[in-house]
Amino acid sequence: MQRRFVSIWFRQLLADWQLIRRPELIGVPFVFAAPDHGRIMITAVSPLALNLGVEQGMRAADAKAICPGLEVLEDKPGRPEKLLRGIAQWCIRYSPIVALDGFGMDGLLMEASGCTHLWGGERAYLKDIVFRLKDKGYTVRVAIADTPGAAWAVSRFGKVSPLVEINAQAEALLALPPEALRLDGQISLRLRKLGFYQIKSFINMPRSVLRRRFGQDFLLRLGQALGTEIETLIPLQLPPAFQERLPCLEPIRTRGAIEIAIRKMLECLCQALQAEGKGVRKAVLNCHRIDGQLIQIAIGTNAASHSAGHLAKLFELKIDQIRPGLGIELFILEVQKADDVELAQEAIWKIKPGLDDQSVIRLLDRVAGKVGAEVIHRYLPATKYWPERAVVNTVCITQKALSPWRTDLPRPTQLLATPERVDVMALIPDHPPKFFIYKGHTHQVVKADGPERIEREWWLDEGEHRDYYQVEDDKGRRYWLFRSGHYGSEKQFKWFIHGFFA
Amino acid sequence: MKLQQDILLWQGFKPATAGNPEQIGLGAIEQAFPGSVFPKRAIHEFITVFAEDAAASDGFIAGLLAVLMQQGSPCLWISTSRRLYPPSLSSFNVEPERIIFMDVKSQQDALWITEEALKCEGLAAVVAEIDALGLVESRRLQLAVEQSGVTGFILRKSAKQMANTIATARWHISPLSSVNQGGMPGVGFPRWQVDLLKVRNGVPGRWVVEWAGDGFLEVSNNIDQNNTAPDVNWSTQQRRQIG
Repeated sequence: MQRRFVSIWFRQLLADWQLIRRPELIGVPFVFAAPDHGRIMITAVSPLALNLGVEQGMRAADAKAICPGLEVLEDKPGRPEKLLRGIAQWCIRYSPIVALDGFGMDGLLMEASGCTHLWGGERAYLKDIVFRLKDKGYTVRVAIADTPGAAWAVSRFGKVSPLVEINAQAEALLALPPEALRLDGQISLRLRKLGFYQIKSFINMPRSVLRRRFGQDFLLRLGQALGTEIETLIPLQLPPAFQERLPCLEPIRTRGAIEIAIRKMLECLCQALQAEGKGVRKAVLNCHRIDGQLIQIAIGTNAASHSAGHLAKLFELKIDQIRPGLGIELFILEVQKADDVELAQEAIWKIKPGLDDQSVIRLLDRVAGKVGAEVIHRYLPATKYWPERAVVNTVCITQKALSPWRTDLPRPTQLLATPERVDVMALIPDHPPKFFIYKGHTHQVVKADGPERIEREWWLDEGEHRDYYQVEDDKGRRYWLFRSGHYGSEKQFKWFIHGFFA
Repeated sequence: MKLQQDILLWQGFKPATAGNPEQIGLGAIEQAFPGSVFPKRAIHEFITVFAEDAAASDGFIAGLLAVLMQQGSPCLWISTSRRLYPPSLSSFNVEPERIIFMDVKSQQDALWITEEALKCEGLAAVVAEIDALGLVESRRLQLAVEQSGVTGFILRKSAKQMANTIATARWHISPLSSVNQGGMPGVGFPRWQVDLLKVRNGVPGRWVVEWAGDGFLEVSNNIDQNNTAPDVNWSTQQRRQIG
């Protein structure tokens, strides 16, 4: 498809904006000024002041001398960009790809390929843009061409028609001044000094000559305008791949209605997902309220899913968080992360159930949605001896263990998160305890296994090694005790209880 | 008689089938249940007042899980203050990576997850460490279990509210001195005193059970504490291998 680009130029963006905000300024010449190197310099001029001879870049004091009734308003840096961003958001009605014009920060660039027929042709499309913006109070000039560069040039300097026909951008550029190529001041000044007042006077010159005199940047701009160099627009908002909108005639306030809306959107969305074999991992529901507030609820799944019923259940867990206020007028459901769905082959007999069973994954999704994904743990063996680090939490449900679980060493069924101090009587050098006192009770040790020495991982933390004993007391209760450190070392050795055996 | 059987079936007790009795490897303890079959569609309650009892109960449940999870289904372990050490499960023939732990903060969340999990047919069993379990909550859990067929194990710390739940069976597991064959030194296989305090339509009782490395082994009831090796019934049925 032939690509078409629209350039919108706001001739006096700041002045228009100020007139919309303060209608009392109509009929009064005013300028925006900001301090620069200790002087107050004019940054933007209203059309009335322009007629009276005030120009951008003058000193405010000089301008006041020319035009005594001049109103000088304070300018803030970054304001044009902020304004343009707002207008660009509004312009998404015309095209999904709207970009700020980074060169002068006084216009917008849109890709209009495949959009214009919705307005009944390019001429009607441009007319609609101009009239709607004019209604709001902005004076704009627009142009449409095959390249953003040509559209930019024609919107600012064109005198014939804003409609540049397909593949006619070179002819349209011929009569324009060199500034129309988005050149910086030095280069256009040099061109004028050499007598190049129009693009046609240098467009046919050999490229090597132009590069030598005006640099690579000049050639790039020329190529972008002619369409030999590719220029990419950076869109303000990347259109999400999977999105569903539901505008409501009447504002929605009840839970039942919200549920219906969610189900309706999910049905359409899941059809689109299914067609591409994708599934939702993360999705966000944006609820636009009639008072302008935006409420968002997000869901996540443990495995990609395109089942409308399941996703609806996940959203239903979070409907309580939606405060409808006076009512919701627009729902937008966006898929933020989509993954390929692993399609399970239909089986006549249910083969071995496992962790990837759909019902289990759905249960985990519901838990993650209601309580939080951080409560779900699944452990795999880590190749470490230190008891606290012997297990590692998994990241996903299908992760497999790389090494087998060890069963050759005794490990307690219950492990205390932090070992607790016990008083112990034991024979040196490495006999198991005779008795130990834990929480005020004396336990006579009858049987014992050990010691099992576990060295501390010195590259991770500092401290003493541990000598573990599995002991059984006279009542048959089994404990895991350890001594931290050597007997007779300068540092005091200590006894701890670390777990309970079954 | 027919009515009695029907009621048992509705309450989640499967009748013993002639050809292939579903056994859980508990040996004589299974005789205490109606129809001599361990009820899988049921809530089993374990009273664990002391940490040592809790460890013993964990071990006993792990032994049961080994059989319940044989088909490959995972298990959910819900707790507010978990002490269970996953690597120890492998000594009870349970693959620790097939157990999904839910470490929640509040009892309400734990109860909600337990009920949802008991409704999930893809699970083999659900173990929940819940204290605040009243009559209403246990009734809800029982209804969920009857629908799905997932075995529920509830571990309770407080002995106060013992009477007011409707669990099918109430157990108390306490550790006993282990015995090594041939008077070898060291600690032997874990051995427990299993008290079946209450069982619906069954016969409560007391047994001594040892985890013999690959399955439960019932030790004769009249053991003496003098560390002489007791008679051990090595019947073929009780030495059932669990893979």
